[in-house]
Amino acid sequence: MNRPIVHIFAFSLLLFGLLVAWTSRWTVFEASELEANNLNRRGLIAEQQIRRGSITTVDGVLVAESEPRGGRGGEDPVYVRTYPQGELFGNPVGYNFVNVGRTGIESSENDLLVGEENEFQSLVDQLRGVTQEGADVTLTIDAEAQRVATESLQAAISVPDTGAAAVAIEPDTGAVRAMVSVPGFDSNLVQDPAEFKRLSGAEGPSPLVNRAAQSTYPPGSTMKVVTAAAGLDSGEIEPATVLNADSPKQISGVPLQNSGGQSFGDIDATTALTNSVNTYWAQVGERLGAETMVEYMERFGFYDDPRLDYPAQQMRASGVYNVDGDLVRGRFDVGRVAIGQGGEEGQILASALQMAQVAGTIANRGVLMEPTLLQEAIDPDGRRIEELDPSEQGRVISEEAADQLAEMMTNVTREGTAAGLSVPGAAEFSGKTGTSEINLEGLNQPWFIGFAPADDPRIAVAVTVERCQGCFGGEVAGPIATELMGLLLQ
Amino acid sequence: MKARNRELLALVPVAVLLSAGFAAVFIVRSEEIGDLSLIYGAYFLALCLAVHVFLRIRLPYADPYLFPLCALLAAIGLVVIFRIDEDLARDQANWFLLGLVVFAATIVFLRDYQVLERYRYLIATSGILLLLAPRVIGTETRGAYLTIELGFVSFQTNEIAKLCIVVFLASYLAERREMLSVAARRVAGLTIPPLKHFGPLLAVWGTAMFTLALLNDLGPALLLFGAFLALLYVATNRFSYVFAGVALFALGALALADRFGHVRERFDIWLDPFNPDAPAGAYQIQQSLFAQAEGGLFGTGLGESLLRLPGPFFPSECNAYPDCGSIVPAPHTDLAYSVLTAELGLFGASALILVYALIAARGFKTAVMAPDGFSKLLAAGLTTVFTLQAFVIIGGVVGVIPLTGITLPFVSYGGSSVVANMILLALLLMISDRARRPPGEGGVAPDPADLEPLEAR
Repeated sequence: MNRPIVHIFAFSLLLFGLLVAWTSRWTVFEASELEANNLNRRGLIAEQQIRRGSITTVDGVLVAESEPRGGRGGEDPVYVRTYPQGELFGNPVGYNFVNVGRTGIESSENDLLVGEENEFQSLVDQLRGVTQEGADVTLTIDAEAQRVATESLQAAISVPDTGAAAVAIEPDTGAVRAMVSVPGFDSNLVQDPAEFKRLSGAEGPSPLVNRAAQSTYPPGSTMKVVTAAAGLDSGEIEPATVLNADSPKQISGVPLQNSGGQSFGDIDATTALTNSVNTYWAQVGERLGAETMVEYMERFGFYDDPRLDYPAQQMRASGVYNVDGDLVRGRFDVGRVAIGQGGEEGQILASALQMAQVAGTIANRGVLMEPTLLQEAIDPDGRRIEELDPSEQGRVISEEAADQLAEMMTNVTREGTAAGLSVPGAAEFSGKTGTSEINLEGLNQPWFIGFAPADDPRIAVAVTVERCQGCFGGEVAGPIATELMGLLLQ
Repeated sequence: MKARNRELLALVPVAVLLSAGFAAVFIVRSEEIGDLSLIYGAYFLALCLAVHVFLRIRLPYADPYLFPLCALLAAIGLVVIFRIDEDLARDQANWFLLGLVVFAATIVFLRDYQVLERYRYLIATSGILLLLAPRVIGTETRGAYLTIELGFVSFQTNEIAKLCIVVFLASYLAERREMLSVAARRVAGLTIPPLKHFGPLLAVWGTAMFTLALLNDLGPALLLFGAFLALLYVATNRFSYVFAGVALFALGALALADRFGHVRERFDIWLDPFNPDAPAGAYQIQQSLFAQAEGGLFGTGLGESLLRLPGPFFPSECNAYPDCGSIVPAPHTDLAYSVLTAELGLFGASALILVYALIAARGFKTAVMAPDGFSKLLAAGLTTVFTLQAFVIIGGVVGVIPLTGITLPFVSYGGSSVVANMILLALLLMISDRARRPPGEGGVAPDPADLEPLEAR
C-alpha cells in the first residue's frame, strides 16, 4: 500500500507546483498586462488618495487644485480636483476625474502632479513615514493673455457650431505663453456623465477638442512663409528674384487665380509676399518640387506630432493629407500646396500650434525650439525638481535666409496685406495673413501668423478662425494676433 | 533529539513570525509599534506550549512537525485576517481556542481511533445528514447552500461531513480491499470490481456527491471525489480504477453542467475571466488576479495593498466590512490567498504553498509508517482531503481550476473549518503516535500483509 501513497504525494507536489507557476504568471509574467487592464481600477483608486499638486500659470493664477473629501473618523481622505478658472483653462489643462480619466496637462504632467518616484525614493519615504504627495506645477501660460485671446476669439466667431484657436510662443525658449481653443469647456463639469456626453458629442462644436493642437486646417497664404523659407534657404530664390505673376497661371495644368484676379506683372519675392501673390509662390513651389517642400516642412515639424509636452492623442501632425486622411509625401499639386491649398491627391493642413512654430522659427533666426508648457515644478519639500530648460529642436533654415524672410514679413505689415495693424509696445512687427476659401458661398478661414517686435522678436503667434463669412485674415485674425502679442510684450 | 523536543524548538520561530506579522500591520496602521503585537505573540506561544505539553503527555511519539506547521498556517491566517479587520481576527482567535479544545477532546475521548471502524455506517449516515442539513435548515450564500445558523454562529456542516465520509471510506476499503481487487472480473479488457463489495461504497459516496450537486457547490464535491479516488488507489493499487473514475466524473460533469447554471457559469468565468460578456461573478476572479499583479515578487508589504475602498468609493449602505466595501471580494475567506499574494508577493505565496506541501509530506509519511490498513488509509485520506482543499481554493483563486467557495485550511476566516481541521490534525497525530511508537512501548509492528502489493500474493 505504500507505493500508491508515494504516488499520491508526488501528484500533490505536482499540483502545488502548478499553483506556484500560476501565481508567478499573475505576479510577474503577466503583471503589467493586468495592471493595464481597463477593468483594473486599483491604480486609479489608490491615486485618488494622493494629494495631487496644484497647477498655476506663470503670472500666479491658480487653475487646478485638489480638495480633500471624506477623511472622517480616521479614514484616509480622497482628493478631488477643482478648476477655479472654469472655461478659461478647460483647454489646455484638461481634467482629472476617477470616472472619466484624464486629459491635457493633467495627463501629460501626471507623474509630477502625483509625485511619481523611483523605487528607492519611495522606500526611503516609506521608512520616514512620509505619504506620497504631488509636486506643484507652474505653466508657461500667461493667464491674462489667455483670457484676452479667449474673449477676442469668441467675439470673432460668427458661424454657429464653429471654433477658433490661437497659440503664442516665445521664439527663443519654446515656452507656450497662450494656447486658446474656442469654444472652451469648464473642467469642473466633466465629472457629470450627462455633461461629459454633451461636451464630447459628435454634434455641436465639440469643446473638448483642443483646436490649437488637435485640429488641422488649410493654412492658406500663411503657408507662403514655409515656401519662402524653403526657397530662400535652398537658394532657389532670393528676395529680389523676379517672376511673372500675372493671373491666371497654369499650375499643374489647371489655371490658378490671384486674389481678385489681379495680375502683378514681373515682381520680386518681397513684393510677392507683401501682396500675397498666389501665382508667384505657386511657381516657386513648382520649382522647389514636392520632395524639397516636404523636406522643409519636416524640418519645421510637419509630418509629426509637435514635440510639446502634451498627450499624443490630443495633437495632430500637420502636413499634406490625401482624401483618405493619410499623410502623403509626394504626387500632390505642389504649386497649390505651396500657397496653402491642394486637391484630392493632397491638401496641406496645419494646426495653429504648428504655424506658431513656423513664425517662431523665423523669429529665432532659423532655429526651431522645442515647445513646452512647463515653467517649473516644486515638490512638497519646496525643491524645484523641474524648470524651463529651452532646447533646440533643430536648425530649419540659415540665419541669412531667416533674416531675409523676417524682413519680407515686416514689409507685409508695413505696406502689404497687414498694413494698418500695429502691436502695442513694438515699433514694427512681422507677419503674414492667410485666407483659405472653404466654399464658393464666401465662407473663409482667416489666419494670421507673426512675431514682434520686428528687430528683436520676443513673441510669435498664430491665430485662426474656423469659418467666417467673407472674412480676410488681415481683418479678423490679424487684430487678435496683434492684441495678443502686445499683451505678452508688456 | 526526541520528537517532542524538536516540536518545541519548531514552535519558537512560529511565535516570532506571528509577532513580526502583527507588528508590521501595526506599523502601517498606527505608525507606532505597540507592545500589543508582543502580547499577541506571547499569548500565541503560550497556547502552542500548552498544546505541546498536552501532546508530550498524550501522544509522545506523534510526528513532531505536523503541529508546528499547522500553527504556522494559523499564524499566517491570523495576521492576514488581522490586516483585514481587527474584530474578525479576534473572532478567529476565539475559534482557534475552541478548535484546540475540540482537538484535545478528540485525543482524550477517542483514545483509540480504531473504534471508528466499528461505527462506520453510523458515521457515514451522519456525514450525509450533515451535508443535507443546510439544504433543509440552512441559508443561501452566493447561490450555494453551505451553512446552517446555530443561534449566534453559522456553521459550514460540510467541513465535518467530509471527515465522516473519509473515515467511512477508509474503514470500508481497509476491510474489503482484497475483495475489490482479487475478486475482480475482467470483461472485454476492463477490470470490473465485484458489485457486492463495490455497491455500499458507491452508495455512500454517490449519495454524498448527489447531495453536493443539490447544494450547488463544486468545491466540497471535488474534495470528496479526490479523496475517494486516492483511497481507492491506495487500497487496490489499481490505477485503472482512478482513470475510470476521472473519466466518469468528466462525463458526469459535462452532462450536469447544463442542468446546473451555477456550475456552468463558474466554468465560463474560469475559461475567460476578462470576457466583456462574462457573468457578474467574474468580478471576483478579476479582482483576485489584479490584487496578485499588484504584489509582484515581494509584495507591497503587510497592510500596504489597496483593500478597503477609501472615502467616497466605500459603498454608503455597507456596514459589514469586509463582506462589502473591499475591492477584493471576500478577502478574509475565498480570496485570502490573493490578499496574501498582494502583500507578501510571489515569495510569500510560495512559502505558504511550501508549508502545505510539507504538511502533505508529513501526512503521507504517517500513512506510509502506519502499521495497519485502516490507519494507512485513514492517514492517506485525511492528508489528501487537507492537501486537496488547499489546492482547490488556491487553484481557484489563481485560475488553475474554476473558483469554488471553500476555505483555505487554517488560514482563511471560518470557525467550522478551524474546528474540522483541528479534528483532522488530532486524528493524524494519533495515527502517527501509534505508528512511531517503539515496539517496547506498546507499539505494533507493521502487518507485512499491508505492505505487499496485492497482486504479489
